[in-house]
Amino acid sequence: MNLRVDPTFHATPKLAMQAPPETLAYVLLLSPDGSKPDALGVVDLDPASPGYSKLVTVLEMPNRGDEFHHFGWNACSSALSPMAGHAFLERRYLIIPGLRSSRIYVIDTKPDPRKPTIHKIIEPEEVFRKTGYSRPHTIHCGPEGVYVSTLGGGGKDGTDGPPGVFIIDCQTFDVVGRWEIDRGPQKLHYDFWWNLPRNYMVSSEWCLPPQFENGVVPEDLLANKYGHCLHFWDLRARKNVQTIDLGANHQMALEVRPAHDPIKEYGFCGVVVDTTNLEGSIWTWWREGGKFHAKKTATIPPEPASADDLPPLLQGFGAVPPLVTDIDLSLDDKNLYVACWGTGEMRRYDVTDPMAPKLAGSVHTGGIVRLAEHPSGKPFGWGPQMLEISRDGQRVYWTNSLYSTWDDQFYPGGGASAMVKAVAGADGSFVLDPAFYVEIPAGWRAHQIRLEGGDCSTDSFCYPSV
Amino acid sequence: MSADAFGLWAAVVAAGLWHGLNPGMGWPLAVSAGLMGRGRRDVAVALAPLALGHLLSMLAVLLPFALVSALLVHEREIRLAAGGLVVLGGLVLLARRGRHPRALARIPPSRLALWSFAVALAHGAGLMLLPLYLGICATLPGGASALAADGGAALAVALVHTGAMIGAGGIVALLVHSWLGLGFLKASWFNLDAVWAGSLVLVGLAALLAA
Repeated sequence: MNLRVDPTFHATPKLAMQAPPETLAYVLLLSPDGSKPDALGVVDLDPASPGYSKLVTVLEMPNRGDEFHHFGWNACSSALSPMAGHAFLERRYLIIPGLRSSRIYVIDTKPDPRKPTIHKIIEPEEVFRKTGYSRPHTIHCGPEGVYVSTLGGGGKDGTDGPPGVFIIDCQTFDVVGRWEIDRGPQKLHYDFWWNLPRNYMVSSEWCLPPQFENGVVPEDLLANKYGHCLHFWDLRARKNVQTIDLGANHQMALEVRPAHDPIKEYGFCGVVVDTTNLEGSIWTWWREGGKFHAKKTATIPPEPASADDLPPLLQGFGAVPPLVTDIDLSLDDKNLYVACWGTGEMRRYDVTDPMAPKLAGSVHTGGIVRLAEHPSGKPFGWGPQMLEISRDGQRVYWTNSLYSTWDDQFYPGGGASAMVKAVAGADGSFVLDPAFYVEIPAGWRAHQIRLEGGDCSTDSFCYPSV
Repeated sequence: MSADAFGLWAAVVAAGLWHGLNPGMGWPLAVSAGLMGRGRRDVAVALAPLALGHLLSMLAVLLPFALVSALLVHEREIRLAAGGLVVLGGLVLLARRGRHPRALARIPPSRLALWSFAVALAHGAGLMLLPLYLGICATLPGGASALAADGGAALAVALVHTGAMIGAGGIVALLVHSWLGLGFLKASWFNLDAVWAGSLVLVGLAALLAA
């Protein structure tokens, strides 16, 4: 039992930015064909260490076919909440859901953060029985414990009832039950995040399991049957208070990134593709006069390409869609990074004015047609996908796999999985670091990254930066 | 005022300071209100519902005893029962320490008075006052029943205690908000759960011995 507050908890985003830089990253490793177990990798990020830029530990799970995707911590800076603050909580356990198996691993990163161990396994049956949901996805620690969003409802293919959010006890890691009392028109789910002092949650929509597990269903996509709504919730009342339809052509509204400073009542969401013109887009949502609003504030055009260079899925279009699959906001809420997985581009936007994102920088790795190499001369398969920003905002890391079956549809040639880094200067510069290239062993593909001590897509703060 | 009575009133004030300085009783919420509202005035505005909730929570524990205290013949039994209750409350908190209270987490941040009431009740803050209150009743001229029956002593104890509590918490909130900064929050936040529960057990044992 600790007497002092965990040193990785910070009252404000500004204090988190001043904390020591990260020396380790945790990265999920997926076996795309289930020929071996999925794993958690530990990457050395300390430039002074002999293991720098290498995978130093691989912790294999005891099962196969879990399909690791996103993950999160049991506790973050929100543990300093003035309403339910706990000096005894530690940022210690990584909660890793298997998106395909619905199994959830609780990984202990202590005593040696370089050698994590399995603390507990929540079997899929417990999730099904207690929640009626399946396919757990996003993890955030919050007021009632660990919140988990799901992509599937009940039944074998996850279409028996809508997916939603459930709660895991933040100490025993028992599944508590469903979170929402009134879901309103919400039928699909993907990501969620919140503003804790202002008591609202925002959630987004991807699609139902039959629309993603065996690959994207082109007919459904062209018929605009993937998700395109944002849902706004009263966090403590567990109630949907407003739903905004972004328009049916804005297919797949994925990552939700609220401003970290809770005094700001806005945030962003990335839309993968506009089916009328193949654009990717960034949306800004905000609250004003007690109501939520959303507006498309940036678009990324497709790039023309010859059909010969395109996978069968895209040949009819004669262009590569950017495919905005991940976005992430720096802790000072000034820089938004946008992964364009189709065109192989990582964009840096200045979002000091959230209603008018300005493109400030761009680098290329991979891409369906561009096939950009890493500056070290090493290969980078697929395109930039899951990205994570250091707390101080100076380093941006990313990996390259989206989802096993989708990787193969968009990149039938396969590729080399890697984790890379770009350096973001205070002057707006954005360049790839040729010296940082983490090779992922063959047979695994790297997905989401979590930085030691918290990062820009895990920590929520209860006090404004002043 | 006798030396006994003075000591008991001093203990009521000391318990108030102890509650007020504990971040779990709400001063960080006043800091948050000031920062979210961008002003020192909002710190003060938030203190009012926090004080009200705490006061009501004290009364919720003391008033039932004010009623039964009218039964003067059973004074000793009542004091024994109260002491036992306080020890039990402390032991329960001791056993459950380090557990996240999910029910409290469901109170929206806009309802500060309700939050303050519930958090004080859940932490047995009122229990800490109970033996002091019964002791004060016993020192009053005419014995326990004279003032206790109308709840006047209970109200006085709750008011003095809450005054000390919100005074101490309010000063810390203002200092953190305006001068010390939020770095102080983390630096000063110790895990006091065991000390808190232990202080309940001690107060209860002292009451049992005195009865």
